[in-house]
Amino acid sequence: MSVVFSSPRDTAQEHLFREHNLPVRRRKGLIWQAVFYAATSIAIITLVTLVLSIVDGAFGYVAVQNQIEVEELVGPGRTLDSASKQELIAMLNEHLSRGLVRRFDFEAPLMERSNQDLIKLVMREVVKPQVLGSWNLVPSLFQKDLILQEAAQRYPGADIVFRSWLTLDFIGASQSSIPELAGIRTAIMGSLLVIMITILVAFPIGVGAAIYLEEFASDSRLNRIIQVNIYNLSGVPSIIYGLLGLAVFVRGLEPLTSGALFGFGAGQTANGRTVLSAGLTLALLVLPIIIINAQEAIRAVPQSLRDSSYGLGATKWQTVWHHVLPASIDRILTGTILSISRALGETAPIVVVGASTFISVDPNSIFSKFTTLPIQVYQWTARPQGAFRNIAAAAILVLLVLLLTLNASAIIMRNRISKKRRQA
Amino acid sequence: MGIKHGLSGKPEASIDFSKRRRPAEGTIRTLLFISAAISIFTTIGIVVILVEESILFFGSPEVDIIEFLFGTEWKPMIGEFGILPLLNSTLMTSTIAMLVATPLGLFVAIYLSEYASERVRGILKPLLEVLAGIPTVVYGYFALTFMTPLLRSIFGPNIVQIYNTASAGLVMGILILPLVASMTEDALSAVPSSLRQASYGLGATKMETSLQIVVPAAFSGIGAAFIVGLSRAIGETMIVALAAGAGPRLTANPFESAETLTGYIVRISGGDVGYDTVDYNSIFALGLVLFITTLMLNIISRKIVKRFREVYE
Repeated sequence: MSVVFSSPRDTAQEHLFREHNLPVRRRKGLIWQAVFYAATSIAIITLVTLVLSIVDGAFGYVAVQNQIEVEELVGPGRTLDSASKQELIAMLNEHLSRGLVRRFDFEAPLMERSNQDLIKLVMREVVKPQVLGSWNLVPSLFQKDLILQEAAQRYPGADIVFRSWLTLDFIGASQSSIPELAGIRTAIMGSLLVIMITILVAFPIGVGAAIYLEEFASDSRLNRIIQVNIYNLSGVPSIIYGLLGLAVFVRGLEPLTSGALFGFGAGQTANGRTVLSAGLTLALLVLPIIIINAQEAIRAVPQSLRDSSYGLGATKWQTVWHHVLPASIDRILTGTILSISRALGETAPIVVVGASTFISVDPNSIFSKFTTLPIQVYQWTARPQGAFRNIAAAAILVLLVLLLTLNASAIIMRNRISKKRRQA
Repeated sequence: MGIKHGLSGKPEASIDFSKRRRPAEGTIRTLLFISAAISIFTTIGIVVILVEESILFFGSPEVDIIEFLFGTEWKPMIGEFGILPLLNSTLMTSTIAMLVATPLGLFVAIYLSEYASERVRGILKPLLEVLAGIPTVVYGYFALTFMTPLLRSIFGPNIVQIYNTASAGLVMGILILPLVASMTEDALSAVPSSLRQASYGLGATKMETSLQIVVPAAFSGIGAAFIVGLSRAIGETMIVALAAGAGPRLTANPFESAETLTGYIVRISGGDVGYDTVDYNSIFALGLVLFITTLMLNIISRKIVKRFREVYE
């Protein structure tokens, strides 16, 4: 269309159209929209990949070789479960050196041990299953033939079995240097004890601080400093808290945290690297988060509630205790649960405070040496052998299930609250 | 506190209903104040301990402060304490992480705030929260068992070492992504819809409105999200401890192993270190550097929010 023959109106429209470049702008819009979609998809795909890579490690084929086959011990067709206590002890006596048997007997008299315990001992010391090679889930599913071929070549004589690394035995067994016998009971107990201390210390102090800042504090310089300080603390890297815990709780307050003050220290080698030190360190770590969450919860309580309480002659504390806290406690708890789940997953500060690298004894008091679930994951992942990666993955699954349960309960609680509010 | 201003709103004429006191009231108030003050003691504790141990560190004969700041080798065995290799690798992992987290986080936030329907947002936001709630040691496992083999299969095992900063940085970016995305999304959602409607009214497309109106209007919040993310990346420990390798090394190659500040601290303190040795004191000196850096970043981010925040009615 030439400009000469077109009507003025046409030119104007075409001009407008070109000027505003609508097709180009629309195309640009679509491209950007695709970019936004892609970014979001990448985030989702990553989350899925993350979960899959863990599941991938927790199951798969293994090549196991026993030092002595179980059938050789108990006769064909039988398993260790059917063996009597005398038979089990006889096996130990037959296959182990006398000194070793005496040592086990000294730890706990063999005759008094349960069958279950003896079977574990026989498995560990006599049968000695050894995982020679392990494969992850994805190759196990899709390249089964290749694996069987490779295993037959590299590990002749070994049994190839499909194994779930996450079993009840795994959860119930204590730590071991042999990956197929190692379990996470010690670590779970350690985590629970540490978290218990953290909650007992951080919850009352955190909520108390929030009440003070929201209800009692005047707008003074000191109070403003406290508030700013809390925000700053929430941004301090967790490893710095580890250093604080190491210097203050482990070293400075050693008589207290090792339990020596209370006569607990005898025979312990923890030197202040105890459950108590770790719990207190994590308490300091989550304190700012609990305070900030609780402050928001308290701020959400309508002022009219307080005014009417005062109007009836209540004192400030009566108002807080009987009206403000009950009205905000569910939100406070939600925030607390979320920060506790953060503490449960923390690794770096506890490594610095000094969780034990290898203990197979359950922590029995807050003055015990300990290890926690994330620490166990860290140590197993750091080892080069494949089988340790597998149990690391299984331990991660347990950790994630724990955290998910905690978070889900917090989210359900939050939804119930907002529903209640809407009905009110 | 509203009550202090009384009914008339003038402080002088206020009737303070909270005046009536019982004897226990004062005690409770004191207890609550102590709870709040514990945070101050925590900060003082951190500063005192880091500074005290750092003074011991710089006081020891092997160390001198010029060498610490500008030395290119960190080899405690032979008395070389130059922080540059550690800083360099920290900077590298953090940069890679921010290169991943900033654009992705911004785009995800724009999608969530401007494009997604209420229902999709209802699914995606909790999903991001889940991603943010996964412990960092799990990301470390992911870096070592997924990202590193992936990089090695793309670039070849001769080029990519088993432990490398690229893998750690990439996974760290994924770790920070939810933080950046949710902070940015908050900032974008806070932009009043009248701005968007005005933009549409002038004939702008959705993308033009999002990128040229909403994003600039939320700039302070986005900047704060970036800086908080950066500070998180610098302080992140478990991913680098697992995936970036042990042993400080000054290198610009992201496919080589190089230990970061945090990785070094966690490795040394995880071993058996005697109190008051140079090794023990050195982790506190490094901690001080880390503390100051992240504190500055956090303060800057809050300053940005305060100074550049556009206030809409």
